[in-house]
Amino acid sequence: MTDQTQQLETLTRKEYSAGFVTDIESDSLPPGLNEDVIREISRIKNEPEFLLEWRLKAYRHWLTMDTPIWAHVQYPEVDFQAISYYSAPKKKTDGPKSLDEVDPELLRTYEKLGVPLDERARLAGVAVDAVFDSVSVANTFQDKLAEQGIIFMPLSKAVQEYPELIKQYLGSVVPYQDNYYAALNSAVFSDGSFVYIPKGVRCPMELSTYFRINAANTGQFERTLIIADDDAYVSYLEGCTAPMRDENQLHAAVVELVAMNRAEIKYSTVQNWYPGDENGKGGIYNFVTKRAACRGESSKVSWTQVETGSAITWKYPSVVLQGDNSVGEFYSVAVTNNMQQADTGTKMIHLGKNTSSTIISKGISAGRSQNAYRGLVRMGPNAENARNYTECDSLLMGDRCAAHTFPYIEVKNPTAKVEHEASTSKISEDQLFYCKQRGLDTEDAVSMIVNGFCKQVIRELPMEFAVEAQNLLGLSLEGSVG
Amino acid sequence: MKMLEIKNLHATIDGKEILKGIDLTVNAGEVHAIMGPNGAGKSTLSNVLAGRDGYEITQGEILYKGENLIDLEPEERAQRGVFLAFQYPVEIPGVSNIYLLKAALNAVRKYQGLDELDAIDFLTLVRSKMELVKMDEQFLHRSVNEGFSGGEKKRNEILQMALLEPALAILDETDSGLDIDALRIVSEGVNALRDTDRSMIMITHYQRLLDYIVPDYVHVLSNGRIVKSGDKDLAKELERSGYSWIHDAPEGVGA
Repeated sequence: MTDQTQQLETLTRKEYSAGFVTDIESDSLPPGLNEDVIREISRIKNEPEFLLEWRLKAYRHWLTMDTPIWAHVQYPEVDFQAISYYSAPKKKTDGPKSLDEVDPELLRTYEKLGVPLDERARLAGVAVDAVFDSVSVANTFQDKLAEQGIIFMPLSKAVQEYPELIKQYLGSVVPYQDNYYAALNSAVFSDGSFVYIPKGVRCPMELSTYFRINAANTGQFERTLIIADDDAYVSYLEGCTAPMRDENQLHAAVVELVAMNRAEIKYSTVQNWYPGDENGKGGIYNFVTKRAACRGESSKVSWTQVETGSAITWKYPSVVLQGDNSVGEFYSVAVTNNMQQADTGTKMIHLGKNTSSTIISKGISAGRSQNAYRGLVRMGPNAENARNYTECDSLLMGDRCAAHTFPYIEVKNPTAKVEHEASTSKISEDQLFYCKQRGLDTEDAVSMIVNGFCKQVIRELPMEFAVEAQNLLGLSLEGSVG
Repeated sequence: MKMLEIKNLHATIDGKEILKGIDLTVNAGEVHAIMGPNGAGKSTLSNVLAGRDGYEITQGEILYKGENLIDLEPEERAQRGVFLAFQYPVEIPGVSNIYLLKAALNAVRKYQGLDELDAIDFLTLVRSKMELVKMDEQFLHRSVNEGFSGGEKKRNEILQMALLEPALAILDETDSGLDIDALRIVSEGVNALRDTDRSMIMITHYQRLLDYIVPDYVHVLSNGRIVKSGDKDLAKELERSGYSWIHDAPEGVGA
């Protein structure tokens, strides 16, 4: 190994800065999963009967399913009976009515993580819903948004206040039968965010959810549902962290987006779940189903994700392009270091005429990690003149990591056009030496080169998020190029 | 003042000795040309001076302003004012030229204990330097060297040098790949940067460059040693007689 490779190795071994544990009392259900647990979750949340029924159907279906094994990841079998399916910070009252009532210890946690929960939020123009373990603890700016008819609240609250919307849309994009983890989530989801943007309304601020897993041995099963009605627009941000723990924790979320006629949804994620230590001990299993339906004509959904965390990532934010002229976009940076494994990508399902999709995927592998892109582009028989452009680039840092690309292309309409480009490169010693000769140290040089590699994706992120993502990229890559 | 002193420098790559005892002193304000045939060790010398990975220095020392360079990282040398204009400038996709220029300048300024320049002051400074090498502002926003022509790459190197104002500049085959017009522009840029406080080492295969940038001294490097030194007339002599005669020169003849 050359000196430079060694330096890069050291550089990529940086500590996980969000790895602290908040000392807070919580109410948790004992570990284990059965119908009683599901009834109990539903009872705690005072849910209407239809939802409990839906959960139970999902659970019974899940029991008939097998763990998916097709992904390019390896991990010991998850013991679903060892997980607690509900954990909430202990509350003195029935739940916070305003920020003043939120436990100050919790607020400090979010402050430490840089989440603007209070007045700073107003300055930043971001409305935040923070999910701590299983429940939403604070939700800012609800009143201001409500003036425009925008609904932005914890899903559990929306179930109480807008049951008809929930009944209509929940599971309409990701049915509980969809896959193993979606079925599990449907059975046990505890909270998440709900957004409804009425016809013709352009949401005036970025909406944001911050997910935090704190308690040990808990899974986080949140569920997000966003509906943009005709001609509506919303930009939604999602951030995630978890404490450093030696055991693995499960995160199995479902996100459903619905875009009606000419509506646009922009969904951005910066995922920094604890990735485990350099020997692969601990870390989050991130098994997430994210899917959008472009139901209306000329609707548009963009997924932008910067994934640096999790021990294992299994995630394919997808767009079903039903409406004619609808547009789907997927911009992704997935960084894996040390023993991390990622199998991530997207699905673009073209059903309507003149639909178009763009996929830009940047994979960066360091350490002994495995980074796979898996993408499906399907042109249905009615997708006249549909188009897809896919670009899939991998950057290897060091000589013990691996990058894989698994593109699936299905074309059933002769007028459809699909383009796929892929490349694999290494950060060259030439590039590093060039930057160092201009005065930059190795860390800054790597960070600059990596950010350059990811530029097409980073520039799709809202400004504040882009800065966070750039810093995160630098941090995640302490020590692995050659 | 002595800017650079190289004493009995031996260097190997993959166990093979390339530099076999180089002695060279460069005073402040002087321009030295190092010429020699392919394989003489010219590029090794510039890489070793800049601190590139992969070379082992087995004997000798390199003093820059009296300080031993050998133990310093490439970036530490750069921050102290050692600049290498690359023979093959490297492409960095997605990183804009202006970003690299700013990061480089601020790294050097930080070492000097100066504040970072703000965006407006920086842009004013860069624009003034760009005139030196007749570069258009659009270059600032293109990715570093990506899709640049040979001439553009070399002009970009000189722009970086103009901005960073090094005390010691090593120009490695700066004339290679340049047509006459580009050569003239680059040379004019370099000449404008000649200064009593700045030393330059030009590494070149051909005499042509020395018509444009006239050196104070010329050294002939062959088989890892400096075998002959003289003034600019030595370069003319080399042009007339080629390099073949130096292979016949007795061992140990040097500067």
